[in-house]
Amino acid sequence: MNATSPKSPLSPPPAAPRPRVADRPDDADTSAPPKISVRGLDFFYGKQQALFGNDLDIAERRVTAVIGPSGCGKSTHLRVYNRIYQLYRDQRAQGEVLLDGENLLSPTTDLIELRRKVGMIFQKPTPFPMSVYENVAYGLKLHYRLSKGELAEAVERALRSAALWGEVKDALDRPGTALSGGQQQRLCIARAIAVRPEVLLMDEPTSAIDPVATAKIEDLIEELKREFTIVIVTHNMQQAARISDYTVFFFEGRIVEFGATRQIFTKPVHRQTEDYITGRFG
Amino acid sequence: MRRRPARGRKLADLAVRAAASLAALLGISALVLILFEVARRGLPALDPAFFTALPGPPGVAGGGLANAILGTLALTFAATLVGVPLGMLAGVYLSEFGRDTRLGAAVRFCVNVLMGLPSIIVGLFVWTVLVVPFRGFSGHAGAVALALIMLPVVARTTEDMLSLVPHALREGALAVGTPRWRATLIAFRAARGGLITGVLLAVARVSGETAPLLFTALNSPFWPRSMSEPVSNLTVTIFQYAMSPYADWQAKAWGASLLIMAAVLTTSLLARTFARERVR
Repeated sequence: MNATSPKSPLSPPPAAPRPRVADRPDDADTSAPPKISVRGLDFFYGKQQALFGNDLDIAERRVTAVIGPSGCGKSTHLRVYNRIYQLYRDQRAQGEVLLDGENLLSPTTDLIELRRKVGMIFQKPTPFPMSVYENVAYGLKLHYRLSKGELAEAVERALRSAALWGEVKDALDRPGTALSGGQQQRLCIARAIAVRPEVLLMDEPTSAIDPVATAKIEDLIEELKREFTIVIVTHNMQQAARISDYTVFFFEGRIVEFGATRQIFTKPVHRQTEDYITGRFG
Repeated sequence: MRRRPARGRKLADLAVRAAASLAALLGISALVLILFEVARRGLPALDPAFFTALPGPPGVAGGGLANAILGTLALTFAATLVGVPLGMLAGVYLSEFGRDTRLGAAVRFCVNVLMGLPSIIVGLFVWTVLVVPFRGFSGHAGAVALALIMLPVVARTTEDMLSLVPHALREGALAVGTPRWRATLIAFRAARGGLITGVLLAVARVSGETAPLLFTALNSPFWPRSMSEPVSNLTVTIFQYAMSPYADWQAKAWGASLLIMAAVLTTSLLARTFARERVR
C-alpha cells in the first residue's frame, strides 16, 4: 500500500456516536465544514443545459436526500460527484464541486482515487458477472494489496456492514447475479463500502426493489451514516422523510430549496416545494 | 359505419401463411437434400485409411486425406490465432471507445464492407502481398487470408454482444474505481457466451472456405511440415479431386465434403449452446 493510500480496510471503523433522532439538526447546521460544497454547478448534455448554477453543501456523516420531479436533474447532479458522467462523450460539467476543499472537477483529479472515496449505488443493482465473494473482493484488490487472509477478512467485514453476511456466508461461490434483487443491491453496497469510501451516492437505490428489501436497505442506510456521508436520490417522499437529515428539492435543473428534512417537510419556504411534497405535482 | 366482411381478411391470412410456410419448407428441404446426398455419397469413403493415410495415386486402392485434415486444422487454428484477437479488439474499439466518434463510424463501415467482400478477392489480395513478393505459396499466406475473413465477423459479433451489456454494469465497475480498460474486461465477462458463439461461427465460416486458399496455401499431397510452404487442406482438395476424372478421387472428395459439413454443423450446434447464456 502506498503512502497516499487511505486507512487500511482492516482497521476498525472510526467510532462515531450514532445521533439519536432528537439529535438531528432542526435547521442546516453549519458549524462543521461540509464534506462536499457545490458552487455554481452547470451541467450540459451536448448543447442542452440540465443544471443551472447549483449551490449546495453536503454535511459529513449525514444523509442528504435529493428529491424532485422526474427529469429535474437530481440524478444528473449526483453523477457529478464521482464524475461517472465522463463515460459519455457529450456530457460536461462546469463550476466547482469541492470534496474536503479540493475541486473534484479539476482536470488533474485522479478519477480512480475519487471513485474510491466517492462510491455509488445505482437504481438497478449491478453485480459483476462473478461470484459473491469476487464481487466484494474486486474493489479491494483494485485499491489495496492484501494477503489472502486479509482479503477474506475485509470481504466478510463489508458483507456484514451491508447486512448481507448471514444470508450469503454459505454461498460465497455462487454467482452474484443469482441473488435476489434486494440481496444484489446490498451486495453492491458491500462492494462499494469495502474500499472504504468517504461518501456514498445512492441513485434511487430502492426503486427496483420490493418493500421488505427496501426496509432492510433503509435500516442499513441509518447504520451506514455513522461512517459515511450519504447522498440519496429518491422518488419516495416517505423515504426521504424517514431516512434523511437534510433534503434538497430540485426543479428544472435548479435547487429550489435546501434545509433540514424536518423543516422542508413541515414548513417549506417555497410554494413549489410544498406542492411537490404534498403530491400536487411531480 | 359499414363493416368489412371477415372473409377477405381470412383469405389473405391463409394466403400469406401458405406462402411463408412453403418458402420455409423449400429452404429446409434444400438443406436436408444436401445433407442427405453428401452423407450418402461421402460415408463409404470414410474408412480408417481416410483419416490416417496420405493420398495415393488415382486408381490405386487405399490412401486417405490425413494430410489435408491436419492441414485444414492447422490453417484454421493459425487463422483463429490472428483473426480472433484482432477482430475482438476492433469490436471493443467500436463498442467501448469509438461508439459515437467519426473514426468509429468509418471503422464500422469498413468492417461491413470487409464482411461482404467475396472471399476470392481476399485470396487474390493476399496472393499479391504475401505470395508474389515471397515467391511461393505458403500456409502463412493461407492463414492470413482466412484471418481476414474472420476479422470482420468477429469484430461485428463482439461489438453487438458488448452493446447488449447494460451501461449500468460499466458504470457500476467505474464507480468502484475500476480503470476504463478493466471495466471493459467486466463487460467482456458478462458477454462471454455471445463472444464464444461469435468466434465459433467465424471458425465454422472459414473452415469451409476454398477460394482464399487457392492462391495462398494452395495444396499439397504431403504431410504439412511447415507453414512456409504450400499446406494441404480439405477444401482445395475437394476442388481438385471433384474436378478430376478418377472415380476414387471423386469418392474421396465426397468424403471430405461430408467431413467438413459435419464439422461445421457440430461447431454451429456448439455455438448455439453458448449463445443460450448470452448476456447475463
